[in-house]
Formats: sequence, C-alpha cells, structure tokens
Amino acid sequence: MNKTVFVGVLALAGMSASVAAAGLLDEVKTRGKLNCGVATGVPGFAAPDANGEWQGFDVAVCRAVAAAVLDDPTAVEFVPTTGKTRFTALASGEIDMLARNTTWTFSRDVDLKFDFVGVNYYDGQGFLVRKDLGVSSAKELDGATVCIQTGTTTELNLADFFRINNMEYEPVPIETNAEGQQQYLAGACDSYTTDASGLAATRATFEDAAEHVILPEIISKEPLGPLVRHGDNEWADVVRWTLNALIAAEELGVTSANVTELASAAGNNPEINRMLGTEGTLGEMLGLPADWAVKALSVNGNYGEIFEKNIGETTPIGLARGLNAQWTSGGLLYAPPFR
Amino acid sequence: MTSLTDPPKESFRLGMLIYDTRYRSLTIQIVALIGFMIFAAWLINNTLYNLAEQGKTIGFGFLSDTAGYDINQRLLDYNSQSSHWRAAFVGLLNTLLVAFLGCITATIIGVFVGILRLSNNWLIARLMTVYVEMFRNVPVLLWIVFTMAIMIETLPAPRAFKGDDPQASMVLFDSVAFTNRGVYIPEPLFSRGLGDMPILPDAANPDCQLNEAGEVGDSCGIFQINIDLLFLVLVLGASLFVSGRIRKRADRIQNETGDRPNTMYLRLGVVILPFVAALIALGFHLGYPELKGFNFKGGTYLRNSLIALWLALSLYTAAFIAEIVRAGILAISKGQTEAASALGLRPNRIMSLVILPQALRVIIPPLISNYLNLTKNSSLAIAVGYMDITGTLGGITMNQTGKELECVLMLMLVYLVISLSISAVMNWYNERVKLVER
Amino acid sequence: MADLHFVRKAMIEEQEPPAATAGVAGWVRENLFSSPLNAILSILSLGFVFYVLSALLPWVFSPTWSATSLGECRELTGGGHGKACWGVIRERWLQLMFGFYPKELYWRVVLDFALLIVAVAPVLFTKLPRKMLYFSAVYPFLMPWLLWGGSIWNPIAVAAGFVLGFFAHKYARPAFGGLAAVILAFLLPIIWWFFLAGPLANGLASVLPLALETVESRNFGGFMLSITIGVVAIAISLPIGILLALGRQSDLFIVRSLSVGFIEFIRGVPLITLLFVASTLLNIFMPPGTDFDIILRVIIMVTLFASAYMAEVVRGGLAALPKGQYEAADALGLDFWMAQRLIIMPQALKISIPGIVSTFIGVFKDTTLVSIIGLLDPIGLSNSIRADQAWNGVVWELYGFIALMFFVFCFSMSRYSMFLERKLQTGHR
Repeated sequence: MNKTVFVGVLALAGMSASVAAAGLLDEVKTRGKLNCGVATGVPGFAAPDANGEWQGFDVAVCRAVAAAVLDDPTAVEFVPTTGKTRFTALASGEIDMLARNTTWTFSRDVDLKFDFVGVNYYDGQGFLVRKDLGVSSAKELDGATVCIQTGTTTELNLADFFRINNMEYEPVPIETNAEGQQQYLAGACDSYTTDASGLAATRATFEDAAEHVILPEIISKEPLGPLVRHGDNEWADVVRWTLNALIAAEELGVTSANVTELASAAGNNPEINRMLGTEGTLGEMLGLPADWAVKALSVNGNYGEIFEKNIGETTPIGLARGLNAQWTSGGLLYAPPFR
Repeated sequence: MTSLTDPPKESFRLGMLIYDTRYRSLTIQIVALIGFMIFAAWLINNTLYNLAEQGKTIGFGFLSDTAGYDINQRLLDYNSQSSHWRAAFVGLLNTLLVAFLGCITATIIGVFVGILRLSNNWLIARLMTVYVEMFRNVPVLLWIVFTMAIMIETLPAPRAFKGDDPQASMVLFDSVAFTNRGVYIPEPLFSRGLGDMPILPDAANPDCQLNEAGEVGDSCGIFQINIDLLFLVLVLGASLFVSGRIRKRADRIQNETGDRPNTMYLRLGVVILPFVAALIALGFHLGYPELKGFNFKGGTYLRNSLIALWLALSLYTAAFIAEIVRAGILAISKGQTEAASALGLRPNRIMSLVILPQALRVIIPPLISNYLNLTKNSSLAIAVGYMDITGTLGGITMNQTGKELECVLMLMLVYLVISLSISAVMNWYNERVKLVER
Repeated sequence: MADLHFVRKAMIEEQEPPAATAGVAGWVRENLFSSPLNAILSILSLGFVFYVLSALLPWVFSPTWSATSLGECRELTGGGHGKACWGVIRERWLQLMFGFYPKELYWRVVLDFALLIVAVAPVLFTKLPRKMLYFSAVYPFLMPWLLWGGSIWNPIAVAAGFVLGFFAHKYARPAFGGLAAVILAFLLPIIWWFFLAGPLANGLASVLPLALETVESRNFGGFMLSITIGVVAIAISLPIGILLALGRQSDLFIVRSLSVGFIEFIRGVPLITLLFVASTLLNIFMPPGTDFDIILRVIIMVTLFASAYMAEVVRGGLAALPKGQYEAADALGLDFWMAQRLIIMPQALKISIPGIVSTFIGVFKDTTLVSIIGLLDPIGLSNSIRADQAWNGVVWELYGFIALMFFVFCFSMSRYSMFLERKLQTGHR
C-alpha cells in the first residue's frame, strides 16, 4: 500500500507549480524553457526526426522565439497537439505559444480569445484528385466522395462550398494526414481536401506523383500563423516581432550567413541597424537584449531561408513561394517597419 | 425560574461521537459527506474561477446554433444547416447502431468460437485459440485501424467497376457491390408506399404544407417515421401474437388430452402470409445499386467506416465472449453430458438442449459487461472517421465551439445513460433466465 | 480323452496397434478427420492457414532492413507492394520504445523496468525469499526517481511521510486508542507532505546534492510511456480500489453511495471521455495556476479509471472469502482495520491477483487511446513518423511492429495470470 506515494509526489508537484504568474515573458525567462505547441506530425511543418529532434517550418518559428528570448534555440519544449487539444492547451497555459498551422479566423480571435500575432503561411483549401478521374475543376465533383481532415476549418469550408454550388458529396472524415493519404491512394475517396500546402506535401511523397493533380479552385482563405493567449500584450509583442523580424530580414537581405557581420557594427541601412540593435533601443522596448533579432536570425536564417529549407522547391515537398513571397516580388508578406 | 425537567440520565458527551458505536457510524458518514461536499465545492469553485479567467461562460445555448458541417451517415434528416443538437442526435443514433449490430455479431461469433475451441478437431481448436489470443492481446484501437486498412487496401475502388472490361464486378446477380468505400446492397422500396409521418410538426414551417402529392417536405417535424416500416412491424407483431395464442391453445389441448395438435404449418402460415400480403399491398420491390458518376447510387450503402468498426469491435469482443462461453461450458459437470448421451441425444442436441441452457447462468453476467465494453469501445469510431457521438458532439462540435466543459459533460452523461440502461435491461433478463436454485 | 486344453506358456508379443490408429496417421485420423464434417472443416482451415501464410511470409521476409527511406525500399524490392519496408523499424525502433527520452539516459528506463520485475516477482511467485518484499516496498519511491530524475531527497522525503504515519500509528495507539491513532496516522503524513517535505528536501538537496538529471515527462513516449502510465495507474489504483471496495461493502449508507456512485460513473463512461477530461478540463478543475503537464493529467485520469475496475476486482475477492473468516476475525475481537489487515485482505488480495493482472493488461492496452489526445505513445508516434518525408506512406510495418510488441507483453502476462489462477484454484478446493 506504500504505492500511494505517487499521490504525494503529485501533490508536491501541484504545490510547486502553483506559483502565481507575472508576465509570461518573465515567466518564460525564469523557467528557461519555451513551451511551444506544434502539430503531432505534418510533413514539412512539424515532425520529429529519428533523434527525436523536431523539424519543420512551424518548429522554426518556435526556435526563433526561443533564441530571441532565451538565447538558446534548443530551449524549447515541444508539445504535440491535435486539432482538438491545441486551443485548450493554449488557453490553460500549458503552452506559451501555438505554432501549428492554425487558421486565423474571427471566432478563434474573438470568441476563443486568442491573439494571432501574424501570418507565417498564406494557405487555402484545395482538392487533390487523380488525373484519370477526368476532373478539371472542383465544380465537377458533384456526387464525389471527399476525404477531409477533421478538427480544422476545412470541414466547414467544404460544407459551404458544396452547398453554395448545389452539389452533393460524401464526406469521409479522417483524423490524420497519413490516413487521408492512405484512403485517397487506395481510391476510397475520389478527392482529398485540406490546405493546399498539405496537399502538395502529400502529393510529393506519392510513388506516381505525376498521376495526381491539385485542382485550380482554392475554396478558402487560410492564413496560418502563430498565436498566443489574449491579455498579455508584452508576450504577444515578442512573438509578433520575432516573426516580423524573420520576414523583414528577408526583405532587407539579412541572412544567417551575414547577420553576424551586419550586427557587428552599424551599417548604411538604418532599418537593419535598428532591427539588429546596432542603433536605437528596440530590444529594450520589448524587454529583450538589443541583439534579440540577431539571435533569432542566426538559428535558421530569415523567412526565405526557413521556407527553402523546410518546404521550398528544393525539398521533397516542393512548394513554390506564391502568395508567400515578399510584397516586393508580388507576394503578401509585408512586415511592418522596424522603427 | 426553576427548571422542572430532569437531567438526562446519561448526558451526551462529545467523545461519544467517536467512541460510542451507536453514534460512530453516523459521525463517520457525516464527516464523509462534509468532506465530499467540500471537495465538490472546491472543484466547482476552481472551475468557475478558471473559466472566468479565460473569459468563458457556461451555457448550452451553442447547441441551437448552426452546426455547419456535414455528416455522411445519418439516420435522421440532417444537413450542414442543422443545429449542433441535431448533429449530436445523429451521432448518438450512429453510436447506438454500431453498438447494437456489434453486440449481436459478437455474441454469435463468440458462442461459435467458444464451442469450437472445445472441438475435438485439433486444427480447429488450435486455430480458434490463436484467434482468441491474437484479439485479446492486441489493443482494440489497433484492430479497428487494421480492419479499416485491410478493407481499404484489398477491396476494389468503385472506378474498378467501370469500363467495358472492369477489373471488379458485382456479386449475387449484380445486386451487391463490395467496394473499398463500403458495401452496397439492394434496398427495400415500396411503389405504393404510405410515405413518412412527421413527429411534432411545426405548422409554421413551410415544409409542413402538403404538396401536390399530399406529402410534407423532409424537414417537417423533429424527425419522421416511415409509415411503411411501422405498418410492417405492426402486421408482424399482430401475427406473432396470434401465433402465440395458437401455441397456448395447443398447450392447453395437450394438457387436457395428452395429444398435441400439429400447429406448425398453421403458425407459420399465420406469421408469413399476412406479412407477404402486406408487402405485396405496399408494392415491395428491391432497389439495386448502380454505378453512376463517382459512386454507386441507389441501394443501401454500408460505409466502410461502419463495417470496419462493426467488424473490429465484434471480433475483438467475440474473443472475450468466446472465453466466457468456454468457461461457462466447462463449468457444467461432465455428468450432464454423459447423462444426456445416455439418453441418446446427439452431440449438437446435447449442446443446445442440455449444456448451453445451464451454461447461460454462468455466462450472462460477464456477457453484460462485455456488451458494455463494446458500447464504450465504439467511442473509438473517430479513428476510422465513423461519426458517432464522440465524433460529432465530442469532436467537431467541441472543436468549432470551444465549449469543452459542456460537450465533455454531455458526452459522459450520454454514455452513462446508455451503459446504465444496458445493464438494467440485461440484469432484468438475467433475473428471468436464472435457474431457480434449490 | 483328448488333450484339448491349451495353456499358453509364453507371453504373446506385444502387437503393433492397427496402422490406422497409431503414429502420425492415427493422430491425423483421430484429431482431424474423425467425421465427414470434421474432415471438411480441417481441409478448409488448412486452406485458410496456407492462404494467410502465403500472403504474409513473402511480405515479412523482405531484404529492406538497411533502407533509409520508403523510396529506397521501393528500389530494393523492385517497386513491388508485396514487400515490407523494415528500414523504418531499424531507424525508429528506439524511438518507438523510448519516445524522446534522452538517448544517454536510456539505461535508467531499462534499469527501472528491470527492477520492476524484481520488485513484483516476490508478490507473484511465492517461492522467492520473503526478504525481497522489502525491495518491493522501496521500489515505488525508486521508480519515479529513476524515470523523472531530480534530487534523491524528494522520494526520500515522500517516503518519510509513510514512515511517519506508521510510527504515529504504532505509538499513538497505546496512548490515545485506535481511532485517534488512525486519524493521526492519516493527518501527520499529510501535514508533512504539504508543509515540511518540500522545504526539507530542498534543504537537504542544497547540503548534499545527490541528483539524477531531470527528464520532463513530455519527453516520455513510445512503449515506455504506455508502460509507465499502466504501471503507475495500477500501482496507485490498488490502494484506492481497496478503499472503494471496502466502501462499497460498507454498512454506512453515505459511504456506500459515494463509492457506488464513483465506481459506476467511471465504469459507465468510455476511457476516451476521461482522456478528454485530462486533455481539456482537468486544469480547469484545479486551483488557478496549477499546471500538471499532460502526461501527469493522463496518469491521474487513467488511475481513476483503473481504480473503479480494481475496486470491482477486489470486491470479487472479498466476496469469494467464506463468511466464516469475517466471523472468526470478529470472534477474536479484532477491530475492523485489524481484521482487514491481518485476515481479510491477505486472502482476498491473493484471490484477486489474476483479476488484477487482467485489469493491468486491459489498462495497458487502453493506453493506446492517448494517441487520440495527441500523446506520442507507439500509435501516436507512428503518425509522427509517417509525417517524416522519408517514411510517408509506411503503414503495415509500424502497426505490425506495435501489435507484435503489445502481443508479446500482454500474452505473457495473461499466461502468467492463467497459471496463477490454476494454482490458486487447487489451493482452495
């Protein structure tokens, strides 16, 4: 009966944990670890490798924030979350930020009381079909069986799309991308729908990728971005401006290769100087050291580098920049000025 | 003023609450009750505080909002514009459906396997042992996923049925199609059907106005009952009642005269003829599935998620039931078998007339708990995308509305009610079949 | 008179049995073809076994052990689908076993589970020396320390609470009487744990820092997570289950109602809803600021779940005891707790061991459900592994491996429990 000891351990753990929190930024600093919510596994965006190290596009955002705040990109506890658990994990304070391809919607922002700090990937819901199905537009999918990943906004978009176009369909809800892929490949569904980036990533792994096409219709807007809880604006600012620094750095030509050099002394471009802390006191205003952006950038480089490394055209996923190019090259990425 | 009352002979001391056995149990109970109430109050207080902190309110109003998502298998009329309430109900019916089907098949398979494990055929007995051990020792979640994957990977896709030289074809005179999306079987149709009867129609609903055919629209009423089905059930019930009376009469005659009139043909006729007549009157025919566009159209569509879940749950639970049946049979003393064979009964008659009726007494209580387990395990439906109540109320609804507390509590309540009703019904049955002991 | 009588002088040679009933042929005839129906069934089953094996064996034996991605497997097997891709198991089996536990600390997990066997052995096998039970008593404190790490003073401080309770009971009993002693034995440790144990452990740790590297429970994963949840839940649920079972048998109406209510509630809802509570609600129920991480929360809920089932198992054990045992205990003048401790429980628990083992198997299998709430148990990990570009599309190899591991664990335990059941049965008849 001695085994009740564990109850005691739990009680102790509970007591030591119930220290009232001040600002989240200070809490993270004292804790020395950033708790970051990620997906349990989405190719290119978040997945553990054979060594248990998390890799991916969303993961890189967590690492950049950890580097900016704690000066250590590895000081991140990754908390895998599902579509179901992610919001409660964030709301209950289990994680400090959520970087799990989450769509910025009104109700999530206002009703669920989260702050989306920006957009790190502009996505949209698309349809993947086999070429020999002879379908060239999503409007021809009347009567089709469609696989959807649940726990996201996709099932709502899909219902709306088919209702608006007066079409019938047979939804097949699935839990994970891997299952959706399996069902689709075996022909258990005619089409697989999720965010277009996910479709491209999935298609890239097919044995006969050329036999499949992504239909031209994108039926929804899916701005994906990291989010934090309502009510702690200092912390929201830190995450927001870390993300902005990654984006602005690409625009300004700051890369992981030249960031140390650029940060060693003030250069010609005042905005770079302000961002990298060689001029002005932006870091201090955030409550971080002056070289916070340098640290964030030296982990994986700027937005463009992160993109290329994880999901860009050189990777098996092979996503084009598209909407996610800088505004200067016709995309939507437009970081507010560092001033 | 003087008090006239006598002092009590034995004054009450506080210590008696603990040391006097008359009061002690009361004391302990009151302490336990107070402790429990403090604990509950503490939980509720924490919850309210935390919810207020997160800016959330408790309320079930969200259930009347538009659900916004579609459900593939619906036993009720439902579309994406229906409310979350209705989505939850559709899910609940799906849960009950798979639990009901699962319990029946699990029992059948379990009884068979349990008996076959005792077979004197070495190979059969070993195979059944392998089956039982394999299913009992691997998590049911894995079996569900496995069954689904096997269905998806081995059965042909609908497009394999296409073309002049199709790779796959329908079976049973082109009436049943096995595809990896599910099984299409012929559906009963009535050319002179009586239509549907709306329950609790709302006169203000435009759908409730009679159209030219004299029928109301689909969305009239909370749900609609198929009058054909109702009619058939009534006819069958009436004939079974009459058949029962005939049997009783035969019993009476046998008791009086010792001769039992042969009533088998009469009883069969009474049951079958009115039913067939009713079918003909309604214009019964079968609707066959046909490949049109992406999918088969027409016929009854058993989705792969339903079949996979149903099959996996049945096979998994059947492995446990087989063990229960085996143990029940082994619990009957060998003398019973020997006595029965001395009477000249054949082995299968011994089993059905002597062994099983006695074994039932041992079998039924654990069988009940296995039915409960099956019902509870049906909540793993989300692993294969079967939209049961965990998938609707505890899944998409919870996700979209962010009302975790309300959804999870309702979900628990629903399962609790289902479980308690199953145990109540089965316990009642157990009481009925229990042998009267000396 | 003719000498017609015949006396055999020598024993006749032992005859071979008829060929049809002896040897392989006889066995086959007896066991496979004893009747036409049996013959048909046997042939059908043989066909079935052959069919399954002919499909399975070529798949299993495929030379893909060294592959580093699914694409490489396809090259190695010539693009055939009938071949397994075992490279994924070679690359990820450590992850499937230990999750994200730091590689250099794997020894702690292995040692922990090895010690678990040592600790449980004397309970399960009565032939082992009884002194080993002392280690069983120490193990519950050793186990969390080895797994989670941290200062050694924490488990010692917690253990000291039990020692305190024990001595409080021992010395208070002669001084203040039975009930007061029991109350004291409950209260003192609680005060100790809540107010004194923490500071003391911290103090000792600063004086004599004996500590293992701390491992966050977030890093637990794979089978190690399943086993940890299962073992911890069963270990804690045992005492809770005993109390609940006693409560359910009690004559005290309120105590009985509370116990029955709890047991029936937990047994009436699926585990997955309790896991939903763990993942979404438990932190809301706790005082503000409490932050149990998800694995602790899951352990709490699984423990509650197991307790209800354990209570029923123990109740079965209690019911199986002859009434004479209770009456004899009363006749000896033992009070309730002494009777339970000295007479009832030792017997009831012994009868319940097979039930406890099967409850453990059930809980262990049910830990796979945690994948649904996003924990990386073997099934959850298999999804993450498939999110890796190299292994996207691998299904059967991972599930097959996981199923095999579960089978090995559960089958051996259930065999043991059956062995025990037989042993106990003969002991009681």
